[in-house]
Amino acid sequence: MIDRYKWYEVALMYLGMAVFLFFILAPFIEGFLVSLKPLSQLFSTPYSFIPKNGSFDSYFKMWTSVPMLGLYIFNSFFISTVVTIIVVAVVVPAAYAFARFNFAGAGLMLGGFLAVNMFSGAVLLIPLFRLMRQFGLLNTYWAMIVPGAAFLIPSSIWLLRTYILRIPRELDEAAWVDGASRLYTLRRVILPLAMPGIVVISIMTFIGAYAQQFIFALTFNSRSEFMPLPIGLFAFFGKQEVQWNELMAASFVGILPVMIVIVFLQRYLVAGLTAGAVKQ
Amino acid sequence: MTSTRSAVLFALALLAPALIYILIIVAYPLFDTVVLSFTNAALRPTYDFVGWANYERIFGAGNFTEVILRTFIWTFFSVVLKMVIGTLGATLLNAAIPGQTVFRILTMPPWIVPMAIGIFMWGWMYNGQFGMISGLLQNFGIISKPWPILAFGDSAFWATIITDVWIGVPMVTIYMLAAMQSIPKDLYEASWTDGAGRFYRFRRITLPLLVPALLTMSLLSLIATFNSFDIIWILTQGGPSGSTTTMIIDTYKTAIGSRKYGEGAARAVVICIFVSLFCLVYFRAVRKLAQGEAK
Repeated sequence: MIDRYKWYEVALMYLGMAVFLFFILAPFIEGFLVSLKPLSQLFSTPYSFIPKNGSFDSYFKMWTSVPMLGLYIFNSFFISTVVTIIVVAVVVPAAYAFARFNFAGAGLMLGGFLAVNMFSGAVLLIPLFRLMRQFGLLNTYWAMIVPGAAFLIPSSIWLLRTYILRIPRELDEAAWVDGASRLYTLRRVILPLAMPGIVVISIMTFIGAYAQQFIFALTFNSRSEFMPLPIGLFAFFGKQEVQWNELMAASFVGILPVMIVIVFLQRYLVAGLTAGAVKQ
Repeated sequence: MTSTRSAVLFALALLAPALIYILIIVAYPLFDTVVLSFTNAALRPTYDFVGWANYERIFGAGNFTEVILRTFIWTFFSVVLKMVIGTLGATLLNAAIPGQTVFRILTMPPWIVPMAIGIFMWGWMYNGQFGMISGLLQNFGIISKPWPILAFGDSAFWATIITDVWIGVPMVTIYMLAAMQSIPKDLYEASWTDGAGRFYRFRRITLPLLVPALLTMSLLSLIATFNSFDIIWILTQGGPSGSTTTMIIDTYKTAIGSRKYGEGAARAVVICIFVSLFCLVYFRAVRKLAQGEAK
Protein backbone atom coordinates (compact mmCIF):
# COMPACT_ATOMS: atom_id res chain seq x y z
CA MET A 1 0.00 0.00 0.00
CA ILE A 2 1.28 3.37 -0.91
CA ASP A 3 -0.35 5.27 1.90
CA ARG A 4 -2.15 4.16 5.01
CA TYR A 5 -5.71 5.02 5.88
CA LYS A 6 -6.30 6.96 9.06
CA TRP A 7 -8.35 5.18 11.69
CA TYR A 8 -11.48 7.28 11.13
CA GLU A 9 -11.27 6.65 7.38
CA VAL A 10 -11.24 2.93 8.01
CA ALA A 11 -14.15 3.27 10.43
CA LEU A 12 -16.07 5.30 7.86
CA MET A 13 -15.44 2.69 5.20
CA TYR A 14 -16.68 -0.12 7.40
CA LEU A 15 -19.74 1.94 8.20
CA GLY A 16 -20.35 2.49 4.47
CA MET A 17 -19.82 -1.22 3.87
CA ALA A 18 -22.34 -2.06 6.59
CA VAL A 19 -24.98 0.24 5.10
CA PHE A 20 -24.29 -1.14 1.61
CA LEU A 21 -24.49 -4.76 2.76
CA PHE A 22 -27.61 -4.08 4.80
CA PHE A 23 -29.37 -2.85 1.66
CA ILE A 24 -28.22 -5.97 -0.21
CA LEU A 25 -28.99 -8.47 2.52
CA ALA A 26 -32.06 -7.03 4.27
CA PRO A 27 -34.62 -9.03 2.24
CA PHE A 28 -32.72 -12.26 2.91
CA ILE A 29 -32.31 -11.58 6.61
CA GLU A 30 -35.98 -10.66 6.94
CA GLY A 31 -37.03 -13.63 4.78
CA PHE A 32 -34.98 -16.00 6.88
CA LEU A 33 -36.29 -14.60 10.18
CA VAL A 34 -39.84 -14.88 8.87
CA SER A 35 -39.25 -18.51 7.98
CA LEU A 36 -38.37 -19.15 11.63
CA LYS A 37 -41.42 -17.43 13.09
CA PRO A 38 -44.59 -19.30 13.96
CA LEU A 39 -47.54 -18.10 11.91
CA SER A 40 -49.30 -16.53 14.91
CA GLN A 41 -46.34 -14.25 15.51
CA LEU A 42 -46.29 -13.04 11.90
CA PHE A 43 -49.70 -11.50 12.22
CA SER A 44 -49.33 -9.94 15.64
CA THR A 45 -48.54 -6.34 16.53
CA PRO A 46 -46.26 -4.71 17.41
CA TYR A 47 -43.94 -5.95 14.72
CA SER A 48 -40.90 -7.78 15.99
CA PHE A 49 -37.82 -8.24 13.89
CA ILE A 50 -36.37 -11.10 15.93
CA PRO A 51 -38.48 -14.26 16.16
CA LYS A 52 -39.67 -15.25 19.63
CA ASN A 53 -39.39 -18.99 20.23
CA GLY A 54 -38.40 -19.43 16.58
CA SER A 55 -38.08 -22.88 15.11
CA PHE A 56 -37.44 -24.68 11.86
CA ASP A 57 -41.02 -25.99 11.81
CA SER A 58 -41.83 -24.27 8.51
CA TYR A 59 -39.05 -26.18 6.82
CA PHE A 60 -40.84 -29.43 7.63
CA LYS A 61 -44.43 -28.29 7.25
CA MET A 62 -43.98 -26.66 3.86
CA TRP A 63 -43.59 -30.01 2.09
CA THR A 64 -47.18 -30.85 2.97
CA SER A 65 -48.67 -27.38 2.48
CA VAL A 66 -47.03 -27.00 -0.92
CA PRO A 67 -47.45 -30.58 -2.10
CA MET A 68 -45.54 -30.10 -5.37
CA LEU A 69 -42.63 -28.18 -3.88
CA GLY A 70 -40.15 -30.99 -4.49
CA LEU A 71 -41.22 -31.20 -8.11
CA TYR A 72 -40.92 -27.41 -8.57
CA ILE A 73 -37.37 -27.49 -7.27
CA PHE A 74 -36.54 -30.45 -9.49
CA ASN A 75 -38.11 -28.67 -12.49
CA SER A 76 -36.02 -25.56 -11.88
CA PHE A 77 -32.82 -27.55 -11.77
CA PHE A 78 -33.79 -29.70 -14.72
CA ILE A 79 -34.66 -26.71 -16.93
CA SER A 80 -31.47 -24.84 -16.00
CA THR A 81 -29.34 -27.92 -16.57
CA VAL A 82 -30.75 -28.61 -20.05
CA VAL A 83 -30.45 -24.92 -20.97
CA THR A 84 -26.80 -24.99 -19.88
CA ILE A 85 -26.07 -28.11 -21.92
CA ILE A 86 -27.64 -26.60 -25.03
CA VAL A 87 -25.86 -23.28 -24.59
CA VAL A 88 -22.44 -24.86 -24.06
CA ALA A 89 -22.90 -27.23 -27.01
CA VAL A 90 -23.82 -24.38 -29.32
CA VAL A 91 -21.43 -21.75 -27.97
CA VAL A 92 -18.12 -23.67 -27.82
CA PRO A 93 -17.83 -24.32 -31.58
CA ALA A 94 -19.17 -20.86 -32.43
CA ALA A 95 -16.75 -19.07 -30.10
CA TYR A 96 -13.86 -21.09 -31.55
CA ALA A 97 -14.91 -20.19 -35.09
CA PHE A 98 -15.06 -16.47 -34.23
CA ALA A 99 -11.74 -16.57 -32.39
CA ARG A 100 -9.70 -18.39 -35.01
CA PHE A 101 -11.08 -17.91 -38.53
CA ASN A 102 -11.41 -14.85 -40.72
CA PHE A 103 -14.31 -14.97 -43.09
CA ALA A 104 -16.60 -12.51 -44.79
CA GLY A 105 -19.36 -11.35 -42.48
CA ALA A 106 -17.70 -12.46 -39.24
CA GLY A 107 -17.83 -8.97 -37.76
CA LEU A 108 -21.42 -8.53 -38.83
CA MET A 109 -22.42 -11.84 -37.25
CA LEU A 110 -20.64 -10.98 -34.00
CA GLY A 111 -22.46 -7.66 -33.96
CA GLY A 112 -25.71 -9.46 -34.65
CA PHE A 113 -25.19 -11.74 -31.67
CA LEU A 114 -24.46 -8.71 -29.51
CA ALA A 115 -27.67 -7.09 -30.69
CA VAL A 116 -29.68 -10.05 -29.38
CA ASN A 117 -28.87 -8.82 -25.88
CA MET A 118 -30.90 -5.72 -26.59
CA PHE A 119 -34.17 -7.58 -26.93
CA SER A 120 -35.70 -9.15 -23.91
CA GLY A 121 -37.90 -12.19 -24.12
CA ALA A 122 -40.76 -9.97 -22.98
CA VAL A 123 -40.64 -7.95 -26.19
CA LEU A 124 -40.72 -11.03 -28.42
CA LEU A 125 -43.33 -12.83 -26.37
CA ILE A 126 -46.15 -12.74 -28.95
CA PRO A 127 -44.29 -14.33 -31.87
CA LEU A 128 -42.52 -16.72 -29.48
CA PHE A 129 -45.90 -17.78 -28.18
CA ARG A 130 -47.05 -18.43 -31.75
CA LEU A 131 -43.83 -20.28 -32.51
CA MET A 132 -44.12 -22.49 -29.43
CA ARG A 133 -47.73 -23.23 -30.29
CA GLN A 134 -46.77 -24.10 -33.87
CA PHE A 135 -44.07 -26.50 -32.68
CA GLY A 136 -46.52 -27.95 -30.17
CA LEU A 137 -44.20 -27.06 -27.29
CA LEU A 138 -46.67 -25.12 -25.12
CA ASN A 139 -47.07 -26.71 -21.71
CA THR A 140 -43.89 -28.74 -21.92
CA TYR A 141 -40.42 -28.23 -20.46
CA TRP A 142 -39.23 -27.21 -23.93
CA ALA A 143 -41.39 -24.07 -23.95
CA MET A 144 -39.17 -22.77 -21.16
CA ILE A 145 -35.90 -24.36 -22.28
CA VAL A 146 -35.83 -23.37 -25.97
CA PRO A 147 -36.41 -19.60 -25.64
CA GLY A 148 -34.47 -19.55 -22.38
CA ALA A 149 -31.31 -20.82 -24.06
CA ALA A 150 -31.63 -18.44 -27.01
CA PHE A 151 -31.19 -15.32 -24.89
CA LEU A 152 -28.18 -16.74 -23.08
CA ILE A 153 -26.19 -17.83 -26.16
CA PRO A 154 -24.93 -14.45 -27.44
CA SER A 155 -23.19 -13.16 -24.33
CA SER A 156 -21.56 -16.56 -23.81
CA ILE A 157 -20.20 -16.52 -27.36
CA TRP A 158 -18.61 -13.13 -26.70
CA LEU A 159 -17.15 -14.20 -23.40
CA LEU A 160 -15.69 -17.48 -24.59
CA ARG A 161 -14.36 -15.92 -27.78
CA THR A 162 -12.40 -13.42 -25.69
CA TYR A 163 -11.11 -16.31 -23.65
CA ILE A 164 -9.98 -18.37 -26.65
CA LEU A 165 -8.31 -15.33 -28.22
CA ARG A 166 -5.90 -15.38 -25.27
CA ILE A 167 -4.78 -18.93 -26.06
CA PRO A 168 -1.69 -18.66 -28.28
CA ARG A 169 -2.53 -19.33 -31.89
CA GLU A 170 0.81 -21.14 -32.36
CA LEU A 171 -0.63 -24.07 -30.43
CA ASP A 172 -3.30 -24.88 -33.01
CA GLU A 173 -0.93 -24.10 -35.86
CA ALA A 174 1.61 -26.57 -34.49
CA ALA A 175 -1.06 -29.28 -34.24
CA TRP A 176 -2.16 -28.45 -37.78
CA VAL A 177 1.40 -28.72 -39.07
CA ASP A 178 1.75 -32.08 -37.31
CA GLY A 179 -1.10 -33.30 -39.47
CA ALA A 180 -3.96 -33.12 -36.98
CA SER A 181 -7.37 -32.48 -38.52
CA ARG A 182 -9.18 -29.27 -37.60
CA LEU A 183 -11.75 -31.06 -35.51
CA TYR A 184 -9.01 -32.99 -33.70
CA THR A 185 -7.20 -29.72 -32.98
CA LEU A 186 -10.37 -28.21 -31.53
CA ARG A 187 -11.05 -31.28 -29.42
CA ARG A 188 -7.54 -32.06 -28.20
CA VAL A 189 -5.77 -28.70 -28.14
CA ILE A 190 -8.32 -25.97 -27.66
CA LEU A 191 -10.97 -27.66 -25.53
CA PRO A 192 -8.67 -28.58 -22.64
CA LEU A 193 -7.07 -25.12 -22.62
CA ALA A 194 -10.43 -23.37 -22.81
CA MET A 195 -11.89 -25.41 -19.96
CA PRO A 196 -11.77 -22.63 -17.33
CA GLY A 197 -13.60 -20.34 -19.76
CA ILE A 198 -16.17 -23.05 -20.46
CA VAL A 199 -16.68 -23.49 -16.72
CA VAL A 200 -17.37 -19.77 -16.36
CA ILE A 201 -19.95 -19.66 -19.15
CA SER A 202 -21.59 -22.80 -17.75
CA ILE A 203 -22.03 -21.27 -14.30
CA MET A 204 -23.24 -17.97 -15.69
CA THR A 205 -25.67 -19.72 -18.00
CA PHE A 206 -26.99 -21.86 -15.17
CA ILE A 207 -27.56 -18.83 -12.95
CA GLY A 208 -29.07 -16.91 -15.85
CA ALA A 209 -31.40 -19.78 -16.73
CA TYR A 210 -32.48 -20.12 -13.12
CA ALA A 211 -33.05 -16.36 -12.84
CA GLN A 212 -35.10 -15.93 -16.00
CA GLN A 213 -37.53 -18.73 -15.20
CA PHE A 214 -40.43 -16.38 -14.89
CA ILE A 215 -41.86 -14.79 -17.98
CA PHE A 216 -41.54 -17.80 -20.30
CA ALA A 217 -42.94 -20.09 -17.66
CA LEU A 218 -45.72 -17.61 -16.90
CA THR A 219 -46.74 -17.37 -20.54
CA PHE A 220 -45.94 -20.69 -22.19
CA ASN A 221 -46.83 -23.15 -19.46
CA SER A 222 -49.93 -23.49 -17.36
CA ARG A 223 -49.45 -27.04 -16.12
CA SER A 224 -48.25 -27.29 -12.56
CA GLU A 225 -46.23 -30.45 -13.16
CA PHE A 226 -43.82 -28.51 -15.37
CA MET A 227 -43.65 -25.33 -13.27
CA PRO A 228 -40.21 -24.17 -12.14
CA LEU A 229 -39.88 -23.01 -8.53
CA PRO A 230 -40.45 -19.25 -9.02
CA ILE A 231 -43.71 -19.74 -10.90
CA GLY A 232 -44.80 -22.55 -8.63
CA LEU A 233 -44.37 -20.28 -5.63
CA PHE A 234 -45.93 -17.32 -7.46
CA ALA A 235 -49.01 -19.41 -8.22
CA PHE A 236 -49.09 -20.32 -4.55
CA PHE A 237 -48.83 -16.63 -3.63
CA GLY A 238 -52.06 -15.84 -5.39
CA LYS A 239 -54.06 -17.96 -3.01
CA GLN A 240 -55.80 -16.50 0.01
CA GLU A 241 -54.31 -18.60 2.76
CA VAL A 242 -50.65 -17.78 2.14
CA GLN A 243 -48.42 -19.25 4.83
CA TRP A 244 -45.69 -16.66 4.56
CA ASN A 245 -43.29 -18.38 6.90
CA GLU A 246 -43.47 -21.57 4.85
CA LEU A 247 -43.21 -19.64 1.62
CA MET A 248 -39.98 -18.03 2.82
CA ALA A 249 -38.70 -21.41 3.96
CA ALA A 250 -39.45 -22.83 0.51
CA SER A 251 -37.65 -19.91 -1.13
CA PHE A 252 -34.58 -20.58 0.98
CA VAL A 253 -34.49 -24.27 0.21
CA GLY A 254 -34.83 -23.42 -3.48
CA ILE A 255 -31.93 -20.96 -3.52
CA LEU A 256 -29.60 -22.66 -1.09
CA PRO A 257 -27.87 -24.93 -3.64
CA VAL A 258 -27.24 -21.97 -5.95
CA MET A 259 -25.79 -19.96 -3.07
CA ILE A 260 -23.45 -22.77 -2.09
CA VAL A 261 -22.20 -23.12 -5.63
CA ILE A 262 -21.49 -19.38 -5.72
CA VAL A 263 -19.50 -19.32 -2.52
CA PHE A 264 -17.20 -21.94 -3.98
CA LEU A 265 -16.99 -20.52 -7.46
CA GLN A 266 -17.02 -16.76 -6.86
CA ARG A 267 -13.38 -16.51 -7.94
CA TYR A 268 -14.25 -17.84 -11.41
CA LEU A 269 -17.27 -15.58 -11.61
CA VAL A 270 -15.37 -12.39 -10.94
CA ALA A 271 -12.75 -13.51 -13.46
CA GLY A 272 -15.51 -14.22 -15.96
CA LEU A 273 -17.10 -10.85 -15.55
CA THR A 274 -13.74 -9.19 -15.94
CA ALA A 275 -13.14 -11.06 -19.19
CA GLY A 276 -16.59 -9.98 -20.32
CA ALA A 277 -15.59 -6.40 -19.67
CA VAL A 278 -13.17 -6.57 -22.58
CA LYS A 279 -16.06 -6.95 -25.02
CA GLN A 280 -16.60 -3.23 -25.34
CA MET B 1 -4.33 -21.19 -43.13
CA THR B 2 -7.32 -19.11 -42.15
CA SER B 3 -8.52 -17.96 -45.53
CA THR B 4 -8.69 -21.22 -47.45
CA ARG B 5 -12.05 -22.38 -48.68
CA SER B 6 -12.12 -25.46 -46.51
CA ALA B 7 -11.24 -23.40 -43.45
CA VAL B 8 -14.14 -21.05 -44.11
CA LEU B 9 -16.50 -23.99 -44.60
CA PHE B 10 -15.26 -25.51 -41.34
CA ALA B 11 -15.83 -22.24 -39.50
CA LEU B 12 -19.32 -21.91 -40.92
CA ALA B 13 -20.13 -25.47 -39.91
CA LEU B 14 -19.05 -24.65 -36.35
CA LEU B 15 -21.19 -21.53 -36.39
CA ALA B 16 -24.25 -23.11 -37.96
CA PRO B 17 -25.98 -24.36 -34.78
CA ALA B 18 -25.70 -21.01 -32.99
CA LEU B 19 -26.69 -19.11 -36.09
CA ILE B 20 -29.72 -21.26 -36.90
CA TYR B 21 -30.85 -21.23 -33.29
CA ILE B 22 -30.75 -17.44 -33.03
CA LEU B 23 -32.33 -16.96 -36.45
CA ILE B 24 -35.32 -19.12 -35.50
CA ILE B 25 -35.81 -18.10 -31.89
CA VAL B 26 -34.80 -14.41 -31.97
CA ALA B 27 -34.49 -13.01 -35.51
CA TYR B 28 -37.64 -14.54 -36.94
CA PRO B 29 -39.79 -13.51 -33.94
CA LEU B 30 -38.40 -9.99 -34.23
CA PHE B 31 -39.42 -9.90 -37.88
CA ASP B 32 -42.78 -11.46 -36.98
CA THR B 33 -43.37 -8.73 -34.36
CA VAL B 34 -42.96 -6.05 -37.00
CA VAL B 35 -45.29 -7.89 -39.40
CA LEU B 36 -47.90 -8.54 -36.70
CA SER B 37 -47.86 -4.89 -35.68
CA PHE B 38 -49.51 -4.09 -39.02
CA THR B 39 -52.27 -6.67 -38.59
CA ASN B 40 -55.37 -7.10 -36.48
CA ALA B 41 -54.15 -10.47 -35.20
CA ALA B 42 -55.90 -11.69 -32.07
CA LEU B 43 -56.86 -15.06 -30.65
CA ARG B 44 -58.61 -16.21 -33.85
CA PRO B 45 -56.39 -18.01 -36.36
CA THR B 46 -56.77 -15.59 -39.31
CA TYR B 47 -56.00 -11.91 -39.51
CA ASP B 48 -55.78 -9.03 -42.00
CA PHE B 49 -53.28 -6.31 -42.63
CA VAL B 50 -54.53 -3.02 -41.31
CA GLY B 51 -51.70 -0.63 -42.18
CA TRP B 52 -50.78 1.87 -39.49
CA ALA B 53 -54.08 1.41 -37.61
CA ASN B 54 -52.48 -0.14 -34.51
CA TYR B 55 -49.95 2.65 -34.22
CA GLU B 56 -52.62 5.30 -34.75
CA ARG B 57 -54.74 3.66 -32.09
CA ILE B 58 -52.06 3.35 -29.41
CA PHE B 59 -50.71 6.85 -29.92
CA GLY B 60 -54.20 8.29 -30.25
CA ALA B 61 -55.37 6.76 -26.99
CA GLY B 62 -53.39 9.24 -24.91
CA ASN B 63 -52.46 6.92 -22.10
CA PHE B 64 -49.70 5.33 -24.21
CA THR B 65 -47.64 8.53 -24.23
CA GLU B 66 -48.20 8.63 -20.50
CA VAL B 67 -46.89 5.06 -20.22
CA ILE B 68 -43.81 6.00 -22.29
CA LEU B 69 -43.12 8.99 -20.07
CA ARG B 70 -43.54 6.90 -16.93
CA THR B 71 -41.20 4.22 -18.32
CA PHE B 72 -38.53 6.83 -18.92
CA ILE B 73 -38.85 8.31 -15.43
CA TRP B 74 -38.86 4.85 -13.87
CA THR B 75 -35.82 3.78 -15.91
CA PHE B 76 -33.95 7.03 -15.29
CA PHE B 77 -34.14 6.86 -11.51
CA SER B 78 -33.44 3.15 -11.41
CA VAL B 79 -30.34 3.37 -13.61
CA VAL B 80 -28.94 6.46 -11.86
CA LEU B 81 -29.40 4.86 -8.44
CA LYS B 82 -27.85 1.58 -9.62
CA MET B 83 -24.83 3.35 -11.06
CA VAL B 84 -24.27 5.57 -8.03
CA ILE B 85 -24.75 2.87 -5.40
CA GLY B 86 -22.86 0.28 -7.47
CA THR B 87 -19.88 2.56 -8.09
CA LEU B 88 -19.73 3.64 -4.44
CA GLY B 89 -19.94 -0.02 -3.43
CA ALA B 90 -17.11 -0.88 -5.82
CA THR B 91 -15.00 1.94 -4.38
CA LEU B 92 -15.48 0.51 -0.90
CA LEU B 93 -14.73 -3.02 -2.12
CA ASN B 94 -11.59 -1.73 -3.81
CA ALA B 95 -10.20 -0.12 -0.64
CA ALA B 96 -7.50 -2.09 1.13
CA ILE B 97 -9.39 -2.94 4.29
CA PRO B 98 -9.52 -6.44 5.79
CA GLY B 99 -12.51 -8.67 5.04
CA GLN B 100 -12.90 -7.75 1.37
CA THR B 101 -13.31 -11.33 0.12
CA VAL B 102 -16.27 -11.86 2.45
CA PHE B 103 -17.79 -8.51 1.47
CA ARG B 104 -17.47 -9.39 -2.21
CA ILE B 105 -19.30 -12.68 -1.74
CA LEU B 106 -22.00 -10.98 0.33
CA THR B 107 -22.59 -8.47 -2.47
CA MET B 108 -23.65 -11.09 -4.97
CA PRO B 109 -26.87 -12.73 -3.68
CA PRO B 110 -29.42 -10.48 -5.42
CA TRP B 111 -27.76 -11.27 -8.73
CA ILE B 112 -27.35 -15.00 -8.09
CA VAL B 113 -30.67 -15.81 -6.51
CA PRO B 114 -33.53 -16.48 -8.93
CA MET B 115 -34.94 -13.02 -9.48
CA ALA B 116 -38.52 -13.95 -8.66
CA ILE B 117 -37.59 -15.27 -5.24
CA GLY B 118 -35.74 -12.10 -4.27
CA ILE B 119 -38.82 -10.16 -5.37
CA PHE B 120 -41.10 -12.33 -3.20
CA MET B 121 -39.01 -11.31 -0.22
CA TRP B 122 -39.38 -7.64 -1.11
CA GLY B 123 -43.11 -8.20 -1.50
CA TRP B 124 -43.19 -9.36 2.08
CA MET B 125 -41.10 -6.42 3.30
CA TYR B 126 -43.52 -4.00 1.60
CA ASN B 127 -46.56 -5.72 3.14
CA GLY B 128 -48.57 -3.05 4.93
CA GLN B 129 -50.01 -5.15 7.72
CA PHE B 130 -47.07 -7.24 8.76
CA GLY B 131 -44.07 -6.29 6.65
CA MET B 132 -40.72 -5.15 7.99
CA ILE B 133 -40.70 -1.60 6.62
CA SER B 134 -44.16 -0.65 7.80
CA GLY B 135 -43.64 -2.60 11.03
CA LEU B 136 -40.36 -0.94 11.96
CA LEU B 137 -41.64 2.53 11.07
CA GLN B 138 -44.59 1.94 13.37
CA ASN B 139 -42.45 0.57 16.18
CA PHE B 140 -40.29 3.67 16.03
CA GLY B 141 -43.38 5.83 15.99
CA ILE B 142 -42.62 7.40 12.62
CA ILE B 143 -45.99 6.39 11.24
CA SER B 144 -49.05 5.73 13.34
CA LYS B 145 -50.94 3.17 11.28
CA PRO B 146 -49.98 0.35 8.89
CA TRP B 147 -48.57 1.55 5.58
CA PRO B 148 -49.48 -0.72 2.64
CA ILE B 149 -46.64 0.51 0.44
CA LEU B 150 -47.76 -1.27 -2.72
CA ALA B 151 -51.35 -0.05 -2.43
CA PHE B 152 -50.58 3.61 -3.13
CA GLY B 153 -49.44 4.83 -6.54
CA ASP B 154 -46.48 6.93 -5.42
CA SER B 155 -45.02 4.54 -2.90
CA ALA B 156 -45.59 1.56 -5.22
CA PHE B 157 -43.74 3.39 -8.01
CA TRP B 158 -40.70 3.95 -5.77
CA ALA B 159 -40.93 0.51 -4.22
CA THR B 160 -40.61 -1.14 -7.64
CA ILE B 161 -37.66 1.15 -8.45
CA ILE B 162 -35.88 0.24 -5.22
CA THR B 163 -36.31 -3.47 -5.86
CA ASP B 164 -35.01 -3.02 -9.41
CA VAL B 165 -31.99 -1.15 -8.06
CA TRP B 166 -31.41 -3.92 -5.55
CA ILE B 167 -31.33 -6.54 -8.30
CA GLY B 168 -29.04 -4.49 -10.55
CA VAL B 169 -26.51 -3.23 -7.99
CA PRO B 170 -24.36 -6.39 -7.66
CA MET B 171 -23.70 -6.50 -11.40
CA VAL B 172 -22.70 -2.82 -11.48
CA THR B 173 -20.56 -3.23 -8.37
CA ILE B 174 -18.60 -6.23 -9.64
CA TYR B 175 -18.16 -4.73 -13.08
CA MET B 176 -16.97 -1.38 -11.73
CA LEU B 177 -14.70 -3.16 -9.28
CA ALA B 178 -13.12 -5.08 -12.16
CA ALA B 179 -12.68 -1.80 -14.04
CA MET B 180 -11.04 -0.14 -11.02
CA GLN B 181 -8.65 -3.02 -10.54
CA SER B 182 -7.55 -2.88 -14.15
CA ILE B 183 -6.17 0.64 -13.62
CA PRO B 184 -2.37 0.32 -13.43
CA LYS B 185 -1.08 0.74 -9.86
CA ASP B 186 1.99 2.75 -10.89
CA LEU B 187 -0.26 5.63 -11.98
CA TYR B 188 -1.29 6.04 -8.37
CA GLU B 189 2.22 5.58 -7.06
CA ALA B 190 3.58 8.24 -9.40
CA SER B 191 1.01 10.80 -8.35
CA TRP B 192 1.49 9.88 -4.69
CA THR B 193 5.18 10.60 -4.99
CA ASP B 194 4.20 13.95 -6.47
CA GLY B 195 2.31 14.61 -3.26
CA ALA B 196 -1.25 14.40 -4.63
CA GLY B 197 -4.02 13.71 -2.10
CA ARG B 198 -6.33 10.74 -2.18
CA PHE B 199 -9.36 12.70 -3.34
CA TYR B 200 -7.29 14.40 -6.04
CA ARG B 201 -6.11 11.02 -7.29
CA PHE B 202 -9.68 9.72 -7.38
CA ARG B 203 -10.85 12.72 -9.38
CA ARG B 204 -7.90 12.93 -11.77
CA ILE B 205 -6.95 9.27 -12.27
CA THR B 206 -9.72 6.90 -11.21
CA LEU B 207 -12.75 8.74 -12.57
CA PRO B 208 -11.42 9.60 -16.05
CA LEU B 209 -10.18 6.05 -16.57
CA LEU B 210 -13.53 4.67 -15.46
CA VAL B 211 -15.52 6.61 -18.07
CA PRO B 212 -15.61 3.80 -20.68
CA ALA B 213 -16.70 1.24 -18.07
CA LEU B 214 -19.29 3.65 -16.68
CA LEU B 215 -20.66 4.20 -20.18
CA THR B 216 -20.86 0.49 -20.98
CA MET B 217 -22.43 -0.41 -17.67
CA SER B 218 -24.94 2.44 -17.93
CA LEU B 219 -26.04 1.16 -21.33
CA LEU B 220 -26.31 -2.43 -20.17
CA SER B 221 -28.35 -1.49 -17.13
CA LEU B 222 -30.41 0.97 -19.17
CA ILE B 223 -31.47 -1.84 -21.50
CA ALA B 224 -32.08 -4.29 -18.67
CA THR B 225 -34.10 -1.73 -16.72
CA PHE B 226 -36.12 -0.62 -19.71
CA ASN B 227 -37.03 -4.27 -20.34
CA SER B 228 -37.63 -5.07 -16.68
CA PHE B 229 -40.75 -7.19 -16.28
CA ASP B 230 -40.59 -9.62 -13.35
CA ILE B 231 -40.24 -7.06 -10.57
CA ILE B 232 -43.27 -5.00 -11.46
CA TRP B 233 -45.36 -7.99 -12.42
CA ILE B 234 -44.75 -9.83 -9.16
CA LEU B 235 -45.06 -6.79 -6.90
CA THR B 236 -47.92 -4.83 -8.45
CA GLN B 237 -48.83 -6.20 -11.90
CA GLY B 238 -48.68 -2.58 -13.10
CA GLY B 239 -51.05 -1.23 -10.45
CA PRO B 240 -52.40 0.39 -8.41
CA SER B 241 -54.46 2.04 -11.15
CA GLY B 242 -51.60 1.97 -13.64
CA SER B 243 -49.05 3.80 -11.51
CA THR B 244 -46.35 1.19 -12.18
CA THR B 245 -47.39 0.27 -15.73
CA THR B 246 -44.25 0.59 -17.85
CA MET B 247 -44.09 -0.15 -21.58
CA ILE B 248 -43.18 -3.79 -21.05
CA ILE B 249 -46.04 -4.33 -18.61
CA ASP B 250 -48.39 -2.50 -20.94
CA THR B 251 -47.29 -4.68 -23.87
CA TYR B 252 -47.71 -7.85 -21.85
CA LYS B 253 -51.20 -6.86 -20.71
CA THR B 254 -52.30 -5.98 -24.24
CA ALA B 255 -50.76 -8.98 -25.97
CA ILE B 256 -50.99 -11.82 -23.50
CA GLY B 257 -53.64 -10.51 -21.12
CA SER B 258 -56.15 -9.23 -23.68
CA ARG B 259 -54.91 -11.39 -26.59
CA LYS B 260 -54.59 -8.34 -28.87
CA TYR B 261 -51.50 -9.60 -30.68
CA GLY B 262 -51.45 -6.90 -33.34
CA GLU B 263 -51.73 -4.01 -30.94
CA GLY B 264 -49.31 -5.64 -28.53
CA ALA B 265 -46.80 -6.11 -31.33
CA ALA B 266 -47.03 -2.41 -32.22
CA ARG B 267 -46.17 -1.57 -28.62
CA ALA B 268 -43.26 -4.04 -28.73
CA VAL B 269 -41.96 -2.40 -31.90
CA VAL B 270 -41.94 0.99 -30.16
CA ILE B 271 -39.89 -0.55 -27.35
CA CYS B 272 -37.41 -1.99 -29.87
CA ILE B 273 -37.04 1.40 -31.54
CA PHE B 274 -36.24 3.06 -28.22
CA VAL B 275 -33.71 0.38 -27.29
CA SER B 276 -32.02 0.70 -30.69
CA LEU B 277 -31.78 4.45 -30.18
CA PHE B 278 -30.07 3.94 -26.81
CA CYS B 279 -27.49 1.71 -28.47
CA LEU B 280 -26.92 4.18 -31.27
CA VAL B 281 -26.26 6.99 -28.80
CA TYR B 282 -23.90 4.70 -26.89
CA PHE B 283 -21.84 3.75 -29.92
CA ARG B 284 -21.60 7.43 -30.88
CA ALA B 285 -20.30 8.22 -27.40
CA VAL B 286 -17.76 5.38 -27.50
CA ARG B 287 -16.48 6.47 -30.90
CA LYS B 288 -16.11 10.06 -29.72
CA LEU B 289 -14.24 8.82 -26.68
CA ALA B 290 -11.89 6.73 -28.84
CA GLN B 291 -11.22 9.72 -31.11
CA GLY B 292 -10.50 11.88 -28.10
CA GLU B 293 -7.90 9.40 -26.94
CA ALA B 294 -6.27 9.23 -30.36
CA LYS B 295 -5.64 12.98 -30.39
